[in-house]
Amino acid sequence: MATAESYVLAIGTKKGLWLATSPDRKDWSVTGPHFLMSEVPSVGIDTRDGRTRILVGVRSEHWGPTVFHSDDLGETWNEPEQGAIRFPEGTEAALERVWQIHPDAESRPGVVWAGCEPISVWKSTDGGEHFELNRGLWDHPHRGEWGAGYGGAAAHSIVIDPSGEKVHVAMSTGGVYRSLDGGSSWEPRNKGISAYFMPDPNPEFGQCVHKIAADAAVDGRLYAQNHHGVYRSDDDADNWESIAEGLPADFGFVMLTHPRRAGTAWVIPLKADGERIPPEGKLAVHRTDDAGASWKRLDDGLPGAEYNSVLRDAACVDSAEPAGVYFGTRGGSVYASADEGEHFAEVASHLPDVLCVRAASVSQAFIPASGLPGAAVNA
Amino acid sequence: MAGISVVLPSVLQPLAGGQPLLTAPADSAVTVEGVLDLVTGDYPALSRRLRDETGAVRRYVNIYVNGNEIRRLQGLATEVSPGQEVLIIQSVAGG
Repeated sequence: MATAESYVLAIGTKKGLWLATSPDRKDWSVTGPHFLMSEVPSVGIDTRDGRTRILVGVRSEHWGPTVFHSDDLGETWNEPEQGAIRFPEGTEAALERVWQIHPDAESRPGVVWAGCEPISVWKSTDGGEHFELNRGLWDHPHRGEWGAGYGGAAAHSIVIDPSGEKVHVAMSTGGVYRSLDGGSSWEPRNKGISAYFMPDPNPEFGQCVHKIAADAAVDGRLYAQNHHGVYRSDDDADNWESIAEGLPADFGFVMLTHPRRAGTAWVIPLKADGERIPPEGKLAVHRTDDAGASWKRLDDGLPGAEYNSVLRDAACVDSAEPAGVYFGTRGGSVYASADEGEHFAEVASHLPDVLCVRAASVSQAFIPASGLPGAAVNA
Repeated sequence: MAGISVVLPSVLQPLAGGQPLLTAPADSAVTVEGVLDLVTGDYPALSRRLRDETGAVRRYVNIYVNGNEIRRLQGLATEVSPGQEVLIIQSVAGG
């Protein structure tokens, strides 16, 4: 049983959820699967309000999508009877998949955001038990022109400013949209991001942005990993400039930022388009400490050959000091670094393809789940 | 009242209080949609497994009336008579 100062790592895969715990972010104990044979494309770990709540987007091919939550680190799971996320009558839409579960700032406990397929953003004020559709984005006149990336049409990135008024979302293939009024109205913000696959490579919207993240220490600074292109904005996404120089490839899905330090971000390059594998089959994380002016290759502890890709939410950072970096591959390997990527160690291997990982330090006792697919579910 | 029986696959029975079979009260023919509304009214999580929020039957949920899958009949408008059985089976899918 882990106690205070423990870390939990949630690993969502194509065929279920695994949970790993560690006292030091080096030795990990892995339990699971939960929700065996359902895909888990999104996980959020909410450590506010004096408890640890794990929120999980679950999707069964047969029985559809839903959201479960656990307040005892996976010992039991609860699902709101009417469903946490349901398209309202009149929208004539049905939830396909929950791509993102994002707890808001410490100062706004209870507020949780979700990004979903079909492209939509949702907000909960009760800790993720019930979400309300963001009508400003749903009713946006551009919505009919947003496309679907290969993985589906979803809002996959939600970045909330500390004030709560400024919100950025990203979608593939719609690009980046910004709200300055807490989500009531939205405007595209893609100037400088290339959409080379369109007749006009510099459209107002329609870019295939794979992931965005905010610099925690510089107001207005954002980073974007695009479908070919790595960018930074210093003016709240009004303008973007390339920071891909120095990387072995400008393609990839991951974009992570440091929880506190200005200018530090991580990407995991893939060669693409024709070869969606790590460049030359050699897996490496790349980190910048100067806001993209230069990049450092980090591969200590990673395999010499790896031909699986890393998806946009299959990577995360924790909030510890130094920050931990985690990612999983479509080949089912999960790696963790307790020193910001300088050294990695394998947490798990041979899992189903990893769709998402999230890590957090936890203060409550951890009781290992049964490890059986029938871990208690209170529906 | 003879009622209409709805047979659940084992994987869904926990969402119906452990019951393998639910009964819709009916003394005349009812549509499959009406039967599902009746038997899942107390089990909203079960209802969401069978139909999405537009009311459509999920793609890999198969519903049989007298051995015929309702997509080959009149879909949710297919009528079921008292004494008949509605059988729910998940299709063979996935990898």
